[in-house]
Amino acid sequence: MTTGPVPKPTPETLPFWESTRARAMSIQHCLDCGAAIFYPRSYCPKCTSSDLEWRPVSGRATLASYVINRRPLPVFEVEQQIIALVNLEEGVRMMTNIVGVEPVPTALQLGMALELDYDERGDQVLPVFRPALKESE
Amino acid sequence: MISMHRGDIAIAGASETARLGKIPDQSVLQLHAEAAVRALADAGIAAAEVDGIANDGMPPYDVSDYLGIRPRWLDGTSVGGGSFMVLVRHAAAAIASGAADVVLVTHGESGRSRVGARPYASDGSSLGGQFEHPYGAMAPYSTFTTPVLAFLEGRGMSPRDLAVVAAAQREWAVGNPRALRNEPITVDEVLAGPEIAYPFTRDMCCVVTDGGGALVLMSAERAADLPSASRTVYLLGSGEAAESPLLSQMDDLESFGAFRSASAEAFRTAGITHADVDHIMFYDAFAHLPLYMLEDTGFVGRGESGAFYAEGNSRPGGRLPVNTNGGGLSYTHTGKYGMFAIQEAVRQLRGEAFNQVEGVEISFVQGIGMMFGSAGTLILSNRRP
Repeated sequence: MTTGPVPKPTPETLPFWESTRARAMSIQHCLDCGAAIFYPRSYCPKCTSSDLEWRPVSGRATLASYVINRRPLPVFEVEQQIIALVNLEEGVRMMTNIVGVEPVPTALQLGMALELDYDERGDQVLPVFRPALKESE
Repeated sequence: MISMHRGDIAIAGASETARLGKIPDQSVLQLHAEAAVRALADAGIAAAEVDGIANDGMPPYDVSDYLGIRPRWLDGTSVGGGSFMVLVRHAAAAIASGAADVVLVTHGESGRSRVGARPYASDGSSLGGQFEHPYGAMAPYSTFTTPVLAFLEGRGMSPRDLAVVAAAQREWAVGNPRALRNEPITVDEVLAGPEIAYPFTRDMCCVVTDGGGALVLMSAERAADLPSASRTVYLLGSGEAAESPLLSQMDDLESFGAFRSASAEAFRTAGITHADVDHIMFYDAFAHLPLYMLEDTGFVGRGESGAFYAEGNSRPGGRLPVNTNGGGLSYTHTGKYGMFAIQEAVRQLRGEAFNQVEGVEISFVQGIGMMFGSAGTLILSNRRP
């Protein structure tokens, strides 16, 4: 459980937030053109189709970029936070936090493998990411 | 029939508020109004002649009514701090089409003192409120900055390149009493400063100030009859573009498509090439933006932005001066810096800048709105083609 702003689902995003609460984060896929879609919406941004399907993600992602925020706003009640852009295996990018790692640049290599985790925030569950365990482990 | 480009539309009046920095005794509306009245005086035209009003951040008629103006054309396009580049472009289109004759574009913001300003708030149901703010990507310094490591690593560059930008721009602000940061600083000192959000240290992030600015636009023909005619600045070309309200949805973390398309349209409509440009204003809320802009607007090739700064090209005496007021990093940043970038371009073209560059005939102004959300480009000249 962390402290901070709590997302308020809207009709088109509610299935996403229900999926994270079930710890099975799902994103939309277009049944016409095959595009993976993030953020949730009513139409495919590639072809405007409304024939969209929610599917759970694999949870595998890589680190695309990040900052280590040394001045978190008071609402978060933390000393620092790793604010990251991650590329999901499905081909979409999202903003998130990296957890389970020291907030130092040497511990954060661009391209490093990440895996999905969850963090309770108010009445919602945020998707966050942590460094992936090696395949052999 | 006149065109919106190629010099048919003029900036006849331009002014900032008398004071910049910390102005706890003026409301946002007062800052808008003061800038407007000063810009009208600069043009030598009465408020009663204004029939078009444009600003970003409040309904545009809040400002016209305050000044007793009854406009027949309104534009409140609000796409972030670069709205003013877009509003100038829209005003030019309105004047060219006959929808307005004299347009006042105003800006006022109590960014530091927050007098009469709306409170900052995160709307949990907005896209940002759902998909970015919960992670700490709320303040610009912890959001706008997030793609920079991808940009730097993709080019073999380092945080030092950000420090070079900050130090180079400071040279233009040294000694200017209107600049909030006006003491010399070295690259090493920038790097050693307090870390705000790795890899950004304090001086790689913009100042936070109160202030305002305004522009008066009309046809070049009408401007020629004003007492200010010898100081007229002409719009040669312009462009605007947008991507996503969410930073995470940039098409490419290492290049902003809206910079590419807005600037390409500005060059095309102006009918000039990069070699014709004498002076550049890049909207720099943070030190990575001039690097993106140099590459995306085509002044240098991919990966060459760091070397451009390191070689001193942007500095006083350099071959292509950039951000000659010190930029948002040193001069001022109310929260919407775009107006001040345009003001400095106008001063350079008029020969009235604090640090005047010799022989400026064409100035290129690149704006950004929100955090890699929108872009607006203006190409201005002191000569009508």
